[in-house]
Amino acid sequence: MSFISYLVNGISLGSVYAIIALGYTMVYGIAKMLNFAHGDVIMVGAYVVMTAIASGGLPPLAAVLLAVVFCTILGVVIESVAYRPLLNAASSLAVLITAIGVSYLLQNLALLVFGANTKSFSSVVPVPALVLAGGSLTISGETIVTIVSCIVIMAGLTLFIKKTKAGQAMLAVSEDKGAAQLMGINVNGTIALTFAIGSALAAVAGVLLCSAYPSLNPYTGAMPGIKAFVAAVFGGIGSIPGALIGGILLGVIEIFGKAYISSQMADAIVFGVLIIVLIVKPAGILGKNIQEKV
Amino acid sequence: MALLEVNNLGISFGGLRAVNEFHLKIEKGRLYGLIGPNGAGKTTVFNLLTGVYKPNEGVILLDGENIVGKKTIDINKAGIARTFQNIRLFKDLSVLDNVKAGLHNHYKYSTLEGIFRLPKYFKVEKAMDERAMELLAVFDLDKEADTLAANLPYGKQRKLEITRALATEPKLLLLDEPAAGMNPNETKELMETIRFVRDEFHMTILLIEHDMKLVSGICEELTVLNFGEVLAEGNTSDVLNNPEVIKAYLGE
Amino acid sequence: MKKMSKTTRSNLITYLMVIVIFAVVQIMVSTGHVSSLLQGLLVPLCAYVILAVSLNLTVGILGELSLGHAGFMCVGAFTSAFFSKCAVEAVPAAGVRYFLALLIGAAAAGICGILIGIPVLRLKGDYLAIVTLAFGEIIKNIVNILFIGRDDKGFHFSTKDSMSLGLEEGGKVIVNGPQGITGTPKDSTFVVGVILILVTLFIVLNLMHSRSGRAIMAIRDNRIAAESVGINITKYKLMAFSISASLAGVAGVIYAHNLATLTAQPKNFGYNMSIMILVFVVLGGIGNMRGSIIAAIILTLLPELLRGLSDYRMLIYAVVLIVMMLFNWSPKAIEWREKYSSRFRRKNGKSAKEAA
Repeated sequence: MSFISYLVNGISLGSVYAIIALGYTMVYGIAKMLNFAHGDVIMVGAYVVMTAIASGGLPPLAAVLLAVVFCTILGVVIESVAYRPLLNAASSLAVLITAIGVSYLLQNLALLVFGANTKSFSSVVPVPALVLAGGSLTISGETIVTIVSCIVIMAGLTLFIKKTKAGQAMLAVSEDKGAAQLMGINVNGTIALTFAIGSALAAVAGVLLCSAYPSLNPYTGAMPGIKAFVAAVFGGIGSIPGALIGGILLGVIEIFGKAYISSQMADAIVFGVLIIVLIVKPAGILGKNIQEKV
Repeated sequence: MALLEVNNLGISFGGLRAVNEFHLKIEKGRLYGLIGPNGAGKTTVFNLLTGVYKPNEGVILLDGENIVGKKTIDINKAGIARTFQNIRLFKDLSVLDNVKAGLHNHYKYSTLEGIFRLPKYFKVEKAMDERAMELLAVFDLDKEADTLAANLPYGKQRKLEITRALATEPKLLLLDEPAAGMNPNETKELMETIRFVRDEFHMTILLIEHDMKLVSGICEELTVLNFGEVLAEGNTSDVLNNPEVIKAYLGE
Repeated sequence: MKKMSKTTRSNLITYLMVIVIFAVVQIMVSTGHVSSLLQGLLVPLCAYVILAVSLNLTVGILGELSLGHAGFMCVGAFTSAFFSKCAVEAVPAAGVRYFLALLIGAAAAGICGILIGIPVLRLKGDYLAIVTLAFGEIIKNIVNILFIGRDDKGFHFSTKDSMSLGLEEGGKVIVNGPQGITGTPKDSTFVVGVILILVTLFIVLNLMHSRSGRAIMAIRDNRIAAESVGINITKYKLMAFSISASLAGVAGVIYAHNLATLTAQPKNFGYNMSIMILVFVVLGGIGNMRGSIIAAIILTLLPELLRGLSDYRMLIYAVVLIVMMLFNWSPKAIEWREKYSSRFRRKNGKSAKEAA
């Protein structure tokens, strides 16, 4: 039974990674940049919820909503102030470094406001745990909500891209920005929307992550951010189903690695698997191998 | 023995037969043209000749030696150099350095000799500078030796690409649409340049072109490619007057 | 040739700059103008400068984004510290021992560079970046579970804990897992650090302006064209990558021989460090070695100089970074700067720049 319990936990953790990875992969596919600060928006979302409940006395659901709104606005502001001016910069590294600056900024703002001490986060999930197989398998409420949220988000996003005009615009910009502009698509608006959605998802991910692993400090977002980026690349960067597969696989590998091999080496194992996959299939699991035209 | 002899060359990409039963024979010193409508497979042939693609069937004999399966680097060492449809210069290097890069395999010293600035470094670099300037002077680019390649006007970039290819001391020079993007004056100058290269360097040249003025002006023989197969071949005026060829270009 | 002396002149200026900065710092230290806090930063600063210049070799000259540079520093640090600690009795002369430690650290890091480079350098841009980051983290992880001890019977290895080493009486643990290596002889000095900076510059600058450097830059600018003129892509990519790794190893040796305890933490050998060095490289100018040195110096000292504003200093650092990036790289800002500078030049009576 412990195998199944690990599997479930792996899928749950992987779901969080998948939601974060979605943000990375969408921004990369559409704005062609690596938003290094994405992981830290997760942390901001969690802090907003914590503060809203603890100091504002808001009910959990309202707090989550507040966090989503806050992070969405934050994401859009960051994009327009720090990233948009560098859209056509001489080097693609410029916007990457600026994103790193934004990441430092968010971390240190949180440090100033909330201090470095790890705070405990009270779970916002009201769903009770599920007890199966006569008590030998317990699935926590957080796990259930996380996995369900991931599925809902994935389905919702896929529908959005396929069925709405804005979603189709996002697809067009990701394929060919210049052509999309010539067709009358508001490229800047589309990119802003991408950041908005990605940041909203990050807030949700932050809440889910901290509900399951209830400790929060200014650096909480960094490692999951990196791992989610790894997941996005793993699954094929720019691909939404890739983010899902990459995230889930990564979460499962991490949990199994911790359980069956070594807790300290878990990270190394995760990274090791990534390296092996990329060496065998350089474009990631669902990535497209675009041949350079000679 | 012909310098280049290609027999029964073929390649498929997935289900698409891109080149089929391609054959070609070029004698040393000839100026040969490969023409055909867009998408006929001309650049694919170049890529096959230079080892970018490996053919499914066929032989490519350079001076009698079969070069099929060899890597691009080795094919260049064996004597084939090329230019590209979209000019591929080393943009952040100077004009001089672009040519010196072409001299890489003919003027050598080890990395350690370079790092520790041993006498061989100075000797060989000086020889490279002289040879590179010599080549640049031939193409009237020597005054721009220190200019960044990216800053040259288009026509000069083309000439630089040809200069760099010649620096590798090839037996056969492949030019892929050298007149692309040029106005009639530039094309005329290019024609002079290509003829000059053939005469001064005793070079054998195979070029892909769409500009019929250039083709009829300097090519001695042609092969016409259509849908990956040889449609016609022979001397230029015969081929250009061939009704089949005219139909292929203009459509039914 | 005139061209030769232009690059030689530029290189000489760079060497001179380092020597002048060194002289100025030495004077300030001996006249007591430098706080002990800043003095403590001098040796690590030398390591950071070497890391920045060596990363610039990969990023600026080879044109590949590596996010795992700290991993090579880690390899150099731990192999050399291990050697130094073991050799304290065998090689009592600190100078000789340090020189050997440098060779060992550089070689170990260089070999890692080749081993990692072979699979990794085939990947494209962003994938290469994430894999190098992964390797950096793996190296750090491995070092943290390594236990090595020595007794009369020889060396013992374990990946579990120090107990499993099974050491006899009188045996010592040298590498203690997450607790790292304690008691490395503190052989690094500021003078030695500066000398090693000059050596690094000598290697990198001379490599750049040589036949191999041209080949590496040709690969950066246009891989397909480089192949078409007969340049062996794999050979030169590996060359650049492993020399870069080797020099990072040297930085690691300097860093390790300045600490009482050497541990592999996220802060000093994790991606945080790799990214910090990348920031130095980008801010200083990709491909610009002199810029890397200046950026490394300023960005290392800046947080310390802002210590007065202690709580806010990292915040200010982040803001400065963002503003600098926007100012230097945003096309609109560049436009504004050029307009302003040409207006300024015209005002001073110099001939106006031709209208664009």
